[in-house]
Amino acid sequence: MAVGDGTAALVRFIGVQKTYDGTHLVVKNLDLDIRRGEFLTLLGPSGSGKTTTLMMLAGFEVPTAGQIVLDGRSINTLPPHRRNIGMVFQNYALFPHMTVAENVAFPLGVRKVPKAEIADRVANALAMVQLDQLGNRRPGQLSGGQQQRVALARALVFNPQLVLMDEPLGALDKRLREHMQLEIKHIHETTGITVVYVTHDQGEALTMSDRIAVFNDGIIQQIDRPDALYESPANRFVANFIGENNTLDGTVEAVERGLCRVRLAAGGAVTAQAVRVETVGARTVLSVRPERVSILTGADADDGTLNRLPATVRETIYLGDHALAVLAVPGNEEFMVKLPAGAQAGLDPGRAVAVAFRPEDCRALDPA
Amino acid sequence: MGGEVTALPVAAGPAGPSLKVRLRRAERARQWRAFALVGPLLLFLAFTFLIPLAGMLWRSVDDWEVPQVLPRTAAAIGGWDGAGLPAEPVYAALAEDLMQAYRERSTAVAAKRLNYAQQGFRTLLMSTARQLKAMPPDGGARDALAAIDPAWTERSTWAAIRGARGPATDFYLLAALDLRRDLDGAVVSAPEDQSIYRDVFLRTFTIGAGVTALCLILGFPVAYLLANLPARQSNLLMIFVLLSFWTSLLVRTCAWIVLLQSNGIVNDALRWVGLIDEPLRMIYNRVGVYVAMTHVLMPFMILPLYSVMKGIPPAYMRAAASLGAPPAVAFVRVYLPQTLPGIAAGSLLVFILGIGYYITPALVGGAGDQMISSLIAFYTTDTVNWGLASALGAVLLVATSVLGVVYGRLVQAGATSGGLKS
Repeated sequence: MAVGDGTAALVRFIGVQKTYDGTHLVVKNLDLDIRRGEFLTLLGPSGSGKTTTLMMLAGFEVPTAGQIVLDGRSINTLPPHRRNIGMVFQNYALFPHMTVAENVAFPLGVRKVPKAEIADRVANALAMVQLDQLGNRRPGQLSGGQQQRVALARALVFNPQLVLMDEPLGALDKRLREHMQLEIKHIHETTGITVVYVTHDQGEALTMSDRIAVFNDGIIQQIDRPDALYESPANRFVANFIGENNTLDGTVEAVERGLCRVRLAAGGAVTAQAVRVETVGARTVLSVRPERVSILTGADADDGTLNRLPATVRETIYLGDHALAVLAVPGNEEFMVKLPAGAQAGLDPGRAVAVAFRPEDCRALDPA
Repeated sequence: MGGEVTALPVAAGPAGPSLKVRLRRAERARQWRAFALVGPLLLFLAFTFLIPLAGMLWRSVDDWEVPQVLPRTAAAIGGWDGAGLPAEPVYAALAEDLMQAYRERSTAVAAKRLNYAQQGFRTLLMSTARQLKAMPPDGGARDALAAIDPAWTERSTWAAIRGARGPATDFYLLAALDLRRDLDGAVVSAPEDQSIYRDVFLRTFTIGAGVTALCLILGFPVAYLLANLPARQSNLLMIFVLLSFWTSLLVRTCAWIVLLQSNGIVNDALRWVGLIDEPLRMIYNRVGVYVAMTHVLMPFMILPLYSVMKGIPPAYMRAAASLGAPPAVAFVRVYLPQTLPGIAAGSLLVFILGIGYYITPALVGGAGDQMISSLIAFYTTDTVNWGLASALGAVLLVATSVLGVVYGRLVQAGATSGGLKS
């Protein structure tokens, strides 16, 4: 998928590099377009460069090389306070000596907005996050979720063209986190503001984003819509990082019309989509999602188009709404299969079965 | 905590002791252990600090000399209403007391005390005691004393004795504030030429406030650097701060004498650079006191500030910048208010330590730069007027305690404002 068509880009990173120590690049040659009005998530493990990228955009870090263009003009040397970019910090950074209302009024006060207008806009912003009753409280008297909302209101009240969020839900418990994900998504939808969101939680990224940029090792591995990212990971890192994934090592035997025949290192052969294989004889890693695999216990009907591997059940794990079976297949001792609840019955440890999956659900990616 | 607590029925049965009693029993061992741990220190403090302190405070109101040396007079003069002259029995009591005191050679003790109240009383009492050869006949005591010295027919003489009759007096405390009681017992200001303590207190508090301000202005940036530099540099800086903290007060004060004197390093450097032709006078005056005390007390400002600043995450300043605040505005509106507890703690510490300073002003100050502590030392060791020394100390203690309470309120107000959740 194309990075962007350029005309709608609010922010462009052009060949941006960043190093802290002069020897190791934290961000390597970043080219990224952020479209006006989109919800873009920068997803990656810690140390992947996603937070550094966000900090360069906010103005707290200076790119070592390259250009960052905001709304048509380079902002490399523009100090953070003149960028007009809202930001929500990991621990909210609400000013503890000010009330909630004073916190939200702060960006308006420094912009010399008239007092009456400040009162109106603060009230509106607090209403937007459903905290209109708590304006006189101190941040220390609020719950984590409430503090999060105040931070959100404060970052949005001055109508910035762009709002950055640095793992804003990391400090909340699971239930509240899921609730806030939806709330932030709704605020994005109603305000139409451009959001750049940093997280290491792939579930959060999949739930909220218009597009996700997967970072690893200072490079964007893939940038795409959440469903495309999940269904069609472009490489082994993305396949492993987003969702659960089973891998099998093998060697390419033949490539034809987007499909390839792969001889597995531990014996057997499967047909897979040729995503990142170049030549016959090259090594590859196959990727199969656990929910795309079925377990065959007997002489099930098989039209021969399915890939089929012998397997031994090692254990089943009950997870409430579904169950997980861990099997040993040649070349992977922890091959996982997601089953509907109840389907794990009879899959006793040690039982010999087979796993089957369609060639479309198996992707041949770059080798380890 | 009464024993008759009707608590919930407990597992031991309705006949067993109540829950509160059992809790108290369970906690008792722990309380004793805690007490045993702090016990030795408590004892040490009681004997070396609390009891002497209470003793000194008592001395500021204790009026023991006259009741001890002139017991009959002290008892008899209580019946005098202060108007006119006392009745004959009071004169007789004084005559008898004086004769006994003369025999026991204790007249000087009472004379010294009465001399505080009225100049010349020492001579009057000593000479009267010396000249009073025999007990005057009944009813003739007044004439006998008046014959020795006409001062015995003056109301002020007797008012002085009456004021010193004990057992407690506000004489020293009033004197410490340049106040006294007139003949009618009303509190009035002391004559201009005898008023010194208010000036010295004012000077003490002025120097204390000045040193506090200088420490804050000079220490704040250092504390900021300490809290925000990378660990290696801030550790080095911290060693410099602590090095001066660990150096003896006397050594540091003497070092300033060497540095600031007319032919000292600072004057030589200024002359060499060409900024001045004549050496500046920077020692044995107020400049020297400010410089030396600021240096000596600086760590007491830096360390509390540092500990507060260390707890302010850099995210606040970043948040302020992202919200559009230029660095100066972000500093004043976001950073500075959060350092207030540190500013309060440091200022209070420096001020309280500063107003008690004695050695440094004595070494680097002039005659007009001596602080209240030097007066206290003077009355304690030179004139042995412990009552006044204690009263001056008590005034200082009260001023310090008031500041402590104010600080406590400030800190409490600050604590409720909450902090960053992390």
